[in-house]
Amino acid sequence: MSIASQMVNTTEQFIKLFEKNQSALSNGMHPKVNQLRDVALNHFKQTGIPNTKVENYKYTNLQPFFRPEYKQIITKEDISDNSNPNFKCEVPQLDTYQLFTINGRFFQGNTFPKLPDGVIICSFEDFTTKYPEHTEKYYGETAQVNSDAMVALNTMNARDGFVIYIPKGCIIDNPIQVVNLMIDNTDLFVNQRNLIIAENDCQAKVMICDHTVSTQRFAINAVTEVFIGERAVFDIYGLQSQHNMTTQVAGTYITQKTGSNVMVNNLTLHSGIVRNNIYVTLDGEHCETHLYGLYLNDKNQHVDNFTFIDHVKPNCFSSELFKGVLDDYSSGSFTGKIMVRPNAQKTNAFQSNRNLLLTPDAKFNTKPQLEIYADDVKCSHGATVGQMDENALFYLRSRGLSKEEARILLMYAFTYEVIEKIKVEPLKEQIRGLVEKRFRGELDKCESCVVCGQLGHQISCL
Amino acid sequence: MLTIKNLHAKIDDKEILRGINLTIKPGEIHAIMGPNGSGKSTLSAVLTGNDKFEVTEGDIIFNGKNLMDLSPEDRSREGMFLSFQYPVEIPGVSMTNFMRTAINEHRKYKGEPPMSASDFLKLMREKKKLVEIDSNLTNRSVNEGFSGGEKKKNEIFQMAMLEPKLSILDETDSGLDIDALRIVANGVNKLKSPERSTIVITHYQRLLDYIVPDYVHVLYKGRIVRSAGKELALELEEKGYDWIKKEFED
Ligand SMILES: Nc1ncnc2c1ncn2[C@@H]1O[C@H](COP(=O)(O)OP(=O)(O)OP(=O)(O)O)[C@@H](O)[C@H]1O
Ligand SMILES: [Mg+2]
Repeated sequence: MSIASQMVNTTEQFIKLFEKNQSALSNGMHPKVNQLRDVALNHFKQTGIPNTKVENYKYTNLQPFFRPEYKQIITKEDISDNSNPNFKCEVPQLDTYQLFTINGRFFQGNTFPKLPDGVIICSFEDFTTKYPEHTEKYYGETAQVNSDAMVALNTMNARDGFVIYIPKGCIIDNPIQVVNLMIDNTDLFVNQRNLIIAENDCQAKVMICDHTVSTQRFAINAVTEVFIGERAVFDIYGLQSQHNMTTQVAGTYITQKTGSNVMVNNLTLHSGIVRNNIYVTLDGEHCETHLYGLYLNDKNQHVDNFTFIDHVKPNCFSSELFKGVLDDYSSGSFTGKIMVRPNAQKTNAFQSNRNLLLTPDAKFNTKPQLEIYADDVKCSHGATVGQMDENALFYLRSRGLSKEEARILLMYAFTYEVIEKIKVEPLKEQIRGLVEKRFRGELDKCESCVVCGQLGHQISCL
Repeated sequence: MLTIKNLHAKIDDKEILRGINLTIKPGEIHAIMGPNGSGKSTLSAVLTGNDKFEVTEGDIIFNGKNLMDLSPEDRSREGMFLSFQYPVEIPGVSMTNFMRTAINEHRKYKGEPPMSASDFLKLMREKKKLVEIDSNLTNRSVNEGFSGGEKKKNEIFQMAMLEPKLSILDETDSGLDIDALRIVANGVNKLKSPERSTIVITHYQRLLDYIVPDYVHVLYKGRIVRSAGKELALELEEKGYDWIKKEFED
């Protein structure tokens, strides 16, 4: 069998699997969720799992990693062990509302004492049945099935994940911390669907940590829809710390309303193959969006950040800064799409992507993509792919710092700009330490999860 | 302290140092002058171990050690210091962190334990006063956004922190206003001792009024073509380099 026909088969098998599972997936879910499955299926039939022939996936071929033979957890009954994951937050001096998902499903043992009035944190499955009006209004609105094949695949298989709902005017000081754990005894395909709704005038921060606990192969396709109401202020921190056998497509689809302010700061500390899709629609005037990303790759790791900022309305500001350090023969890419619609006058959009390549074998592709249809706008973009500054290295060594120490200091300095944007002080401290450890090669992901203290099970480093 | 014998160095097959001989004894101050492009900064880079330049011939002995065997960091730990003609800006590396690491690496080399936080801060305060450096500068990233003069002062501050045996000041006077020049020169003079030596690279007599050299050398086309006492600097100030160039035109 040729490779090409194998690939076609992969997609066909995902379709067959879905058709087999459709009634179980649909059972008891909100009609909108179920209707969208068919729309998504139609789209997925035309596209399939993306390979590099798809323009938006030019640098990342997902087909070899999403295998239909991997186990898929569909309903509660499929979970073998639902015991307490024995969680402990290791960010000192940080009070958070913590919630877990295990293999893409909301952990039933999550409890939230002292949650402010009206705030809902629950499973996606429960949400769609308990809050049909919210489901009707928000589900599938931001992550369009026809925008991306992985969104289509996710929408077909949507069953569980987490939902965070913050009512009008609610201000939550403590961050909400989501810990996504992967743990099983067979290779797993995980399809997780999340929803975050921040109503008008609310303020909150969410930290999302992605971890692998067992050594199996995980192919994760997560979609998080985020709705930000008028004048809401919302920060999302992401931390991906997974073993090398992980493939993760993490889609974050954000819609912002008038006067809202959103920051996304995502750190890919360690993983296998990562594709982050960050889509932001500025659907209201005077919105602000800040996207920050940091990725530290070595060995055969690959991190692909794809961002799309859609300026629909006038007078909005967006700024993007993505930086990465690539060691060994690792690879990565960045695509920064910015769309300024005809009506979006007085748009300010800035974008910067900077990469530090530590070896001649490391590879990076960076691609700004600006489409501007309004005339009164300020847009700028810049991208660099460079090596370590030899003059700086020599300067430090000439003061007595060893070559190794000087290199670590410079790598760390390179990442500093992104880390400094973290507004939660204890988290910033923790991330600083993690990044430094990562550069020193002291990151012991085998013993315990680095941020949450989640215990692993004697995982060997892959 | 330092013996340079028949030193040749090149970059991209272009020979820049073409047989330098120089001996510096403890406590001495040597001025090196010479036209632009004659190889003064190259000499300081080669002395401190910058591998951009390839040493093709000759020896450098520093306190009994052959420098060719030593990395830049070990040369520093052995007591060599270069005040760069063009100090490098390093965004993201704080001055304090940089200096603490440097001091502790020096101590480790000597088999001493790391300096306590309070001792370190005390040392910083003391040395900052010595070079009258603005306190805010040390809270910032290394040289980032520093003015030309501030960068030069910062070099002398680092020198004061590390207390080297041999300091090479590469045009530390350029870009300094009159007050800063005096401060920098005072900083150098306060560190003066019978064990410490200094190489001052400069184009102007001005600095040598403050830091009085025992010897003045003229570097031209990669060779020392003339050496004399401090009066040579005055002569050069008056007559320029043409008369020397004429003598040594190859
Ligand atoms: N990286 C380099 N690549 C090529 N040539 C170089 C390099 N660095 C220095 N040179 C050349 O070596 C020669 C000596 O340069 P150097 O900087 O040592 O001069 P200098 O005496 O310090 O001059 P100045 O008084 O202007 O500071 C010059 O011709 C210069 O162009
Ligand atoms: Mg020079």
